[in-house]
Amino acid sequence: MATIRFEVNGQQCQAESETDRPLLDVLREDLGLTGTKYGCGEGQCRACTVLVEGQSRPSCVTPVIAVEGKRITTIEGLAPTGGLSRVQRAFVDADAAQCGYCTPGMILEATALLARNLEPSREQIIEAMNPHLCRCCGYGNILAAVERAASAGEGENA
Amino acid sequence: MPEARELREPDRKELATGPAYRFGLDRRSWIATVGAGALISASGKIARSAQEADSDEPGIPPSTRLHLGESGSITVLTGKVEFGQGSRTEIRQAAAEELKVAPEAVRVWMSDSAVTPDDGSTAGSRTTPSTVPVVRRTCAAVREMLIQTASDRWGVSRAALQVRNGLVSHESRTMGYGDLARSRLLTATTDEGIPRRAPLTPTGDWTVLGRPLQRAGAREIVTGDHAFASDLTRPGMLHGAVLRAPAYGASLESVDLTVAGEHGARAIRDGDFVGCVARSSHAARLAVAAVARTARWQRASHPPSDAIADYLRGRAITDGQGRRGPRLSESGDVDGALERGRSVRVESYWIPFVQHAPLEPRSALAEWQGRLLTVWTGTQVPSRVHGELRESFGLSAAQVRVIVPDTGGGFGGKHTGEVAAEAARLAKAAGKPVSLRWTRAEEFMWAYFRPAAAFECRAALEGGNISVWDFTAYNPGTAAIASPYDIPNVRTRYFPCESPLREGSYRGIGATGNNFAREVFMDELAQAAGADPLDFRLSHLSDKRMRDVVGAAAWAFGWNSAGPLGPNRGSGIACGREKGSCIAICAQVRVEDGTVEVERLVSAFECGKILNPLNLRAQVDGAIIQGLGPALMEEVRFENGRLLTGSFSSYPVPRFRDVPPMETILLDRPDLAPAGGGETPIIAVAPALANAVADATGRRVRSLPLRRSKLSEG
Repeated sequence: MATIRFEVNGQQCQAESETDRPLLDVLREDLGLTGTKYGCGEGQCRACTVLVEGQSRPSCVTPVIAVEGKRITTIEGLAPTGGLSRVQRAFVDADAAQCGYCTPGMILEATALLARNLEPSREQIIEAMNPHLCRCCGYGNILAAVERAASAGEGENA
Repeated sequence: MPEARELREPDRKELATGPAYRFGLDRRSWIATVGAGALISASGKIARSAQEADSDEPGIPPSTRLHLGESGSITVLTGKVEFGQGSRTEIRQAAAEELKVAPEAVRVWMSDSAVTPDDGSTAGSRTTPSTVPVVRRTCAAVREMLIQTASDRWGVSRAALQVRNGLVSHESRTMGYGDLARSRLLTATTDEGIPRRAPLTPTGDWTVLGRPLQRAGAREIVTGDHAFASDLTRPGMLHGAVLRAPAYGASLESVDLTVAGEHGARAIRDGDFVGCVARSSHAARLAVAAVARTARWQRASHPPSDAIADYLRGRAITDGQGRRGPRLSESGDVDGALERGRSVRVESYWIPFVQHAPLEPRSALAEWQGRLLTVWTGTQVPSRVHGELRESFGLSAAQVRVIVPDTGGGFGGKHTGEVAAEAARLAKAAGKPVSLRWTRAEEFMWAYFRPAAAFECRAALEGGNISVWDFTAYNPGTAAIASPYDIPNVRTRYFPCESPLREGSYRGIGATGNNFAREVFMDELAQAAGADPLDFRLSHLSDKRMRDVVGAAAWAFGWNSAGPLGPNRGSGIACGREKGSCIAICAQVRVEDGTVEVERLVSAFECGKILNPLNLRAQVDGAIIQGLGPALMEEVRFENGRLLTGSFSSYPVPRFRDVPPMETILLDRPDLAPAGGGETPIIAVAPALANAVADATGRRVRSLPLRRSKLSEG
């Protein structure tokens, strides 16, 4: 066991944990941030995606020690004012969720993409989103949501 | 045309669901949730939930369908569950349409065995044709009651009154559902008061149904607030993990449970069941891994997936009755026609097992309070899970409560209650609530599978038409086994088989395999007749609905107008009908180096009157894209009892990049009752692609998936 300190959604946190425990488990079980989902445990479905220093990472294969001192954003931290971020809003407006289990990971991936590329092409969106599985296969509406979020953000910083 | 009614069965693999077990939720808890008001059953029984109600009163009447709060709240109750197919939204629309309120004003309370009526399983595309009409009838009756009550109170003729935005008004007076809930009429416990046969809103007057409505609860999904079963917690809750056999058929000989303690976990053994509980899921998993290293297993022989078609054909169950026995349907003189036929064509087809792989693995949270067991779990058949728990623990119906939070995907794969029983067993031993979530590896190996199947088809042509059709299916299930084509002599045989893996339902289940074999064989017969595959199908189709979807897809695809596609390219068509709906798909593919690239999919689908075009399109496109998996890439492989495809890296499923350019035409039929739309579109995907691949390569592949090795075999 070790004490590992990091920042989650703007709050300083510390976990008393085995160093090799997945970040996913620490977020869900120790911090109660259950918006981050388990899907496969091998980084193949990306339901567990979080942002570490703004970069998307599969938290199921990220040992908690790897985020020591780092800044993490989960789905719960995207819209701290109680509203919706523009990516979240676009997912609602595009009716981009069926069962919704993949949705938090998809939204965080799209958020990271739009932060580094204000006007991604369709191909760039597919490239970024392809690691994420949606077993309902609602891929069309998800792509539409990301495109909608991109166009909603034209002329502003993500 | 063969009817073969006895062979039409939506879901052969389903066990009959048990009776609706119930136990009373005390009235105080109920009121705490929905407030005081009137409880209305579908049959017109009315009860009261008043603030002053004594908690000793009996619980909520089991058939309660609607609650009208005195505050004006409206709650529809249903035993159906939501796992992404849109049932919550659809039921909300149905109630809003008949009550004449905004959809947002309707809350839908789904699947809690202590509260909601038993609406059977959420499967077989039954929510639309079965549950929506029940909800509409109850709500229409209540709307008429509101009008009647206002008419009586105000001395105004009913004809002068109608409900708008949840209010009936006349001059300056208004009355709403909250007023109705407070009225004397509705606080009497009586059979009277609900008008029988209240008129349903005619299709042409719909303002909510038939129009696009976005998913209910989308905000909770995008913020991460929605709690799936695996997200729920209870005070003192522990996490569980279960020891699994290393191979199918292996049984536990010995195991050392004490090593669990090294990880701060506690191990529990009950027969072959071994599990660990700990304060974190990580510790529970580590403990199970440690226990697993000490386990000795008795292995059993198990067949390889490579020989599955022969295995099944050799183990057909040829006697027995009902769902477990063979089925036979025959019209005309099949043997005579085969004997007379000049060129009888015989072909065999097969499909492997496939896995549903819903993104949320099975999970459950179980809590005991004395002899009372409550389980939160994601299941499509809550009454069955209720029964399994009752039997597993020797409990009465009143001692078990099953609550189903909106769930992360099912596709026919979550009909059973093993995870609920496991969580409950661990919780019982631990004396604390236990949350158990299967790993992906467990989900791949120990969830059940869509059955593997083999097919033998025989047919003869006479004057360019099929004179006889002899179709034998081993193990797929009987859905859509009856041919939609007009053929004078038809025999359809179905044999269930002993299966090496646990089988269960799936999106479309038997219709996927039956339609694959039939539609590829149709293509081969068209080729033998020297006919165009589209013309050949149409010349055997009198079913108007089928002709319409085939015509719509072919026209939009440009089937007849397309010029030569060029080398390595081909087009294919397939169609089918099942569960009251019809699908046709035209596909264009390019095959190079044994790889199939889907260049275009044009589909037409019809399921009667459309209730929510937005959701229907999502369901149809989702089913078609999901269907690309079993068509092109998905195959459960195993050897010596070991699963070789136990992860998403070894069992690929469709991703963003696999989605081809698609055009989907939804035919609306206001003259027909709405049928479910989430399943049938999948049944035409694999045969359309197989036929397109044959057109591109000149080689016929008669099994799935359409893999590289098969494409280059020749």
